[in-house]
Amino acid sequence: MKKLVWPIIIIGTAFGFLAIMWWLVAGTKPDVIYPSGQVGDHQQSLLMLTVLLSAAVVIPVFLMLGIFAWRYRDTNKKAKYKPEWQENVLLEAIWWGIPVIIITSLAIVTWFSSHSLDPHKAIVADKPPLKVQVVALQWKWLFIYPEEGIATVNSLPLEVDRPVSFEVAADAPMSAFWIPSLGSQIYAMNGMSTKLNLIPNKTGIFYGYNTNINGEGYSDMKFPVEVMPGDAFKKLSKKIASSSMTLDYNHYEEIAKPSRDEPVHQMSLSDKGLYDKILMKYMDHGGHEAPASEDNSNHEGMEH
Amino acid sequence: MDLSWLIGRLGLEHLPSEPATIGAAIGMPLMALAVVAGLTYFKKWTWLWKEWITTVDAKKIGIMYGIVSVLMLIRGIGDAIMLRMHTAAAGITGGDGLFQTDTFQQVFTAHGIIMIFFVAMGLMFALINIALPLMIGARDVAFPWLNSFSFWLFAVAMILVNFSLVLGGFSNGGWLGYPPLTSLEYSPGPGVDYWLWTLQIAGIGTLLSGINFIVTIISHRAPGMTLMKMPVFAWSVLITMVLVLLAFPILTATLSMMTLDRLFEMHFFTSEAGGNPMMYVNLIWAWGHPEVYILVLPAFGIFSEIVSVMARKALFGYKTMVAALTAIMFFSFLVWQHHFFTMGAGANVNAFFGIMTMIIAIPTGVKIFNWLFTMYRGKIKFTTPMIWFLCFVATFTIGGVTGVMMAVPAIDYQVHNTLFLVAHFHNTIIGGVVFAFLAAITYWFPKIFGFRLHEGLGKIAAYFWQIGFLLAFMPLYALGLMGAVRRLDNYDNPEWTPFFVVSGIGVLAITLGAGMLVVQIAYSVYKRKTLRDKTGDPWDGRTLEWSTPSPAPFYNFAVIPKVTRRDEWWYQKLDGVKSLKRSDYKDIVLPKNSSLGFVIAVLVGLFGFGAIWHVWWLMIVSMVAIIYFAIRRGLDDDVEYTIPAVELYRLDKEARG
Repeated sequence: MKKLVWPIIIIGTAFGFLAIMWWLVAGTKPDVIYPSGQVGDHQQSLLMLTVLLSAAVVIPVFLMLGIFAWRYRDTNKKAKYKPEWQENVLLEAIWWGIPVIIITSLAIVTWFSSHSLDPHKAIVADKPPLKVQVVALQWKWLFIYPEEGIATVNSLPLEVDRPVSFEVAADAPMSAFWIPSLGSQIYAMNGMSTKLNLIPNKTGIFYGYNTNINGEGYSDMKFPVEVMPGDAFKKLSKKIASSSMTLDYNHYEEIAKPSRDEPVHQMSLSDKGLYDKILMKYMDHGGHEAPASEDNSNHEGMEH
Repeated sequence: MDLSWLIGRLGLEHLPSEPATIGAAIGMPLMALAVVAGLTYFKKWTWLWKEWITTVDAKKIGIMYGIVSVLMLIRGIGDAIMLRMHTAAAGITGGDGLFQTDTFQQVFTAHGIIMIFFVAMGLMFALINIALPLMIGARDVAFPWLNSFSFWLFAVAMILVNFSLVLGGFSNGGWLGYPPLTSLEYSPGPGVDYWLWTLQIAGIGTLLSGINFIVTIISHRAPGMTLMKMPVFAWSVLITMVLVLLAFPILTATLSMMTLDRLFEMHFFTSEAGGNPMMYVNLIWAWGHPEVYILVLPAFGIFSEIVSVMARKALFGYKTMVAALTAIMFFSFLVWQHHFFTMGAGANVNAFFGIMTMIIAIPTGVKIFNWLFTMYRGKIKFTTPMIWFLCFVATFTIGGVTGVMMAVPAIDYQVHNTLFLVAHFHNTIIGGVVFAFLAAITYWFPKIFGFRLHEGLGKIAAYFWQIGFLLAFMPLYALGLMGAVRRLDNYDNPEWTPFFVVSGIGVLAITLGAGMLVVQIAYSVYKRKTLRDKTGDPWDGRTLEWSTPSPAPFYNFAVIPKVTRRDEWWYQKLDGVKSLKRSDYKDIVLPKNSSLGFVIAVLVGLFGFGAIWHVWWLMIVSMVAIIYFAIRRGLDDDVEYTIPAVELYRLDKEARG
């Protein structure tokens, strides 16, 4: 019986632990595992695929670990003992080979998924993409909709099934823009514009976050993403556009001052070139060759 | 009166203001005072100076590294407890948790720096210093004085990071301190400078150690020990030190540029005036990624020794093990960009680095299979180090899987910088590095101190570490997938609270495990007579360190052994060990103690302190003194002494009882 004490403790602990984990995750629907947009969907399937591929190595490792440790314990007189057995070309070829096959297939998947899910890549859909310019500030998000002529702080209304083409920058230390329900995050940096293309496919309220620390109020940078049908979105944007609160550069500088727990603002946009002006703040000392183009699509020159 | 020429920007406003930090600020000087009082009362100052501070004996330096690292492990766990109690409390109360955000951010920055630089690296150098020269049949390292200097740089850096608690506070920019957050514009205070100089000084110490151990392994192996007859631990150290040699200069250069930015308002990494923070991110990870392999490769080496000794069987696939180590060394320099796939590089760049990253999984997987087949048809003794090994394989494998997942850029876009990432790297660093180093402490302890650590207590410690690890980090994987980002100090999603609470319980279980280790050491010291290692070979070992008496004498080997095969000591035992004849003993030459390693390191610390507080005269004076003492050391020819054969014979007989 004594030799069974440790195996019983180990197996008992393992079951106890699994029970706790089960209690924790039961009923939860993690955003990354239950996404609400096409990009997130693909990423979720990729995640599942890697888990399955890895299982081909992990399960044998765990089995062998348990079986070998038990069978070749020194008190087991029945087990063979071969102290000099230390090389076997066939076996070693197998365990170089199997990981090579798994990693090769994963590498192929990686290559293609890196391209198909490249955040720069525009998403093809029935509707033309909604353009949103995102500025990370200390410690809130400014969203500019140049085509709708509106801007919001800490709230991101979107239209369902319509792709969104984000341009992301920061007027703060490096931050990162992430809406797990939709997929892909991207860094937001000073004086350069990164691109992110996503599409929401379900209506509802989701949450976005900043994933990169940018100072004291970093944890406050959570914002609701309200995905609504097309007509509702049109109605809302019209309402905001007629708001008496307008956003120009002077007002922007007010907003950009560090603040925590900033409430939602909805403003009409009076300066359509505001995003470029924010980028250019970091360009005026020379050094970079900044494209002075007004055309919003031409930020890539500043990217790297 | 303007005293800024004298005290720079030092001032009373930099004293801590929050209860937690005030406690530390009062507690630490009190502890220091208690140590000073104790040393004075027991009249131990001369002993401390002669036996420890000025020593150049690798084993003693190793012990000092070990003591510093264990103390820092306690501080690092203390930080972890603060972090997880804070996030659990923030959820339960729905408020802002226990500490101010600034304190919370300083704590996680310090936790990272302390655990990586002063616990993992410290324990690594402790174990290398203790085991490596003995293992390759060397009397000491190649440059014993340099070794002492490296250690004291490490110790001085450790004092700086802790001193920041008392005066000025630490950086709150995360362990790698990305600018612009850590630039003058956003962080003008001394915290970032503490961080910079701590890393800079510890980094230089590490680089010097790297050179030292490469030369030691290349030129100080026992006669007959060709590279392919070296124990795998020695191989892992060689490869690690090559990584140190290649990677640490990048750290030194990067931190120097940042120092210029901060001290002289230059523009290497600023957002304006031509500076480029993305350059910093690239450079810091060009060092940072090899760094994680610098930690884990010696861990692989340690387990290669332990599994083979405990299974009483030759290590399976020695040549593939060496090949795998070399492959990991090579690829570890081709993957740094995977730390920032989300910075927006093109798909080709991301895919390249992603694929390079997953390729590393191949040699790593091969090593795991080789270890498993070392157990196969062995005769396994379930000693404490072996228990750590089993925990390691189970834990590290899971960490490897999540690593491969994050190596796919498209997946990384969804988990980067979340708690999933935090769970992943703790999975590999605790499961890989910490478990290995704790196993190695148990394994080599008798060689250094002459008695074993208590087995039962060690196993209980391993049990709590393992279960604590699972409870602390598995919920973090889930939280990451739910949208919880790293470094989060408050949240308003009640669904997350139970996860943070379980994680907090896990940290307490790990603390219990760490406490068990302290109890184990204390109890073993108390029971040292019954636990005495009389043979010098308590585990029925295979490598040369077990051929010496325990504790290993200061000259390591009275007569340097001749090596004809791998696992020389194991086969010597099978053939019957020949005892040494009187005529085998020859005069040996050993390095003399020197105080200059300590003195110069202290001056380096003062230089750093001056730079942190802008005390220019202190920087100038200490730099002049550093140069003076360095030249003095260089001109000193009287650095060795001889032990005559007669004396050595007597010492050896005495050591062997």
